[in-house]
Amino acid sequence: MAKPVLLSSEKMAQFASRGFLMMEGVVPKRINDQFLNDIGKVPESEISDPMSYYGKVMGTSAIPVVNAGLPLSDAYPNDNALSKMLALPKVAGAVKSLVGDAPNFDHHFLHMTFPPSFYEDSSRPQASQHWHQDSTIDPRQAFDVQIMYFPHAVTAKMGGTRYLPGSHLRIVSEAAIGRYQNIKGQEFVTCKAGTLLFMHMGIWHGGGLNLSNKVRYMFKIRMCPTQRQERLWDTSDLGNDHYEQRPIFWTGLKGKTNPIHATLTTSEPWFEYDTGRLEYINRVLFWRYLLGDDSFDADYWLTRVENEYA
Amino acid sequence: MTAKLNGLSTRQQVMVLYTANSALDTGVIAWSFYDGTGKTVHMAGDQNDPPYSTGLDALLDGWRLIQASPLISHVSGDEFRTDYLKYEFFFEKMVEQINETEGK
Repeated sequence: MAKPVLLSSEKMAQFASRGFLMMEGVVPKRINDQFLNDIGKVPESEISDPMSYYGKVMGTSAIPVVNAGLPLSDAYPNDNALSKMLALPKVAGAVKSLVGDAPNFDHHFLHMTFPPSFYEDSSRPQASQHWHQDSTIDPRQAFDVQIMYFPHAVTAKMGGTRYLPGSHLRIVSEAAIGRYQNIKGQEFVTCKAGTLLFMHMGIWHGGGLNLSNKVRYMFKIRMCPTQRQERLWDTSDLGNDHYEQRPIFWTGLKGKTNPIHATLTTSEPWFEYDTGRLEYINRVLFWRYLLGDDSFDADYWLTRVENEYA
Repeated sequence: MTAKLNGLSTRQQVMVLYTANSALDTGVIAWSFYDGTGKTVHMAGDQNDPPYSTGLDALLDGWRLIQASPLISHVSGDEFRTDYLKYEFFFEKMVEQINETEGK
């Protein structure tokens, strides 16, 4: 097996800041074709509504049924498309950088988003999925990763997964955020076949509205670390000045920009004025956790409020 | 059978705006619509641009503010925690609608 390609510090900081990393078209066609052939086939004449389609696909699918808690490395047979996908050097490197050498398998699921024709005989109207955060309230600093695998190209019409960059550090209770319909800065996956989206478990997301004439497939694998997630990525690019502060607010015209500090303090369009600053603080706390070093700060956000004397 | 007019009644349209701070005249960062007339259907991810730039713009366009989220003290030891969108404003419009009932 080729050597995993670990994430750089800048990529890792992007993940800490925005809660996801996209690898466009990283999975080759032969693996995508094998996976699409494995998922289960149902003749269109047998389609009556989305739920019965799910049942029929699950009954004919070659996707293995795997117990939660198994080592991820044991989840799929070697010749399975998913095993081959996870062995790709960039994929194996991202997994190792985020959740370590020996993550456990949590669950996987084939998500299907159905075109309008599937709702003609259904009592449920076609609608996009409400915003939600997966699982349940999860206040940990340790984090699980979910890989969203798009085995075929996704066009705008197909209602690709909607997600909110930078929402991963908000502690909410699953579908309690369903009241929100549109949020500034929301993004929708449109991509080439074989694209992977690595997501922090806390990212707000939902399935889109498929207005094409094809079923859209997305396969999600959730994995959990079995070790402390500290400096698991390629840290060789962390400069000696990584801890140095830079000018803030009054920065002149050519202030030197530390890319990691800049990444951790870049706003999202949906940030509220006050809690946007708390997001910076939470990102710095997350980066401290990843570095294993509580002395790190960016733009003095934490140093300022930690300045107390006994 | 023909449809029979049964007078006018009103239906509620609800719009929820989320703003960047607690003032109604700051920018909208998120929004939702629920239309009690049944004439329009809205859902997650159906729009990329907010219907109004600020909450005040909605008032100027005739929406009535019916609820605003309170300002809540921060729990000691949990001051940096972020969760739900903080500045939520519910607006309504009452819309007259012709009732149609089935009749002979």
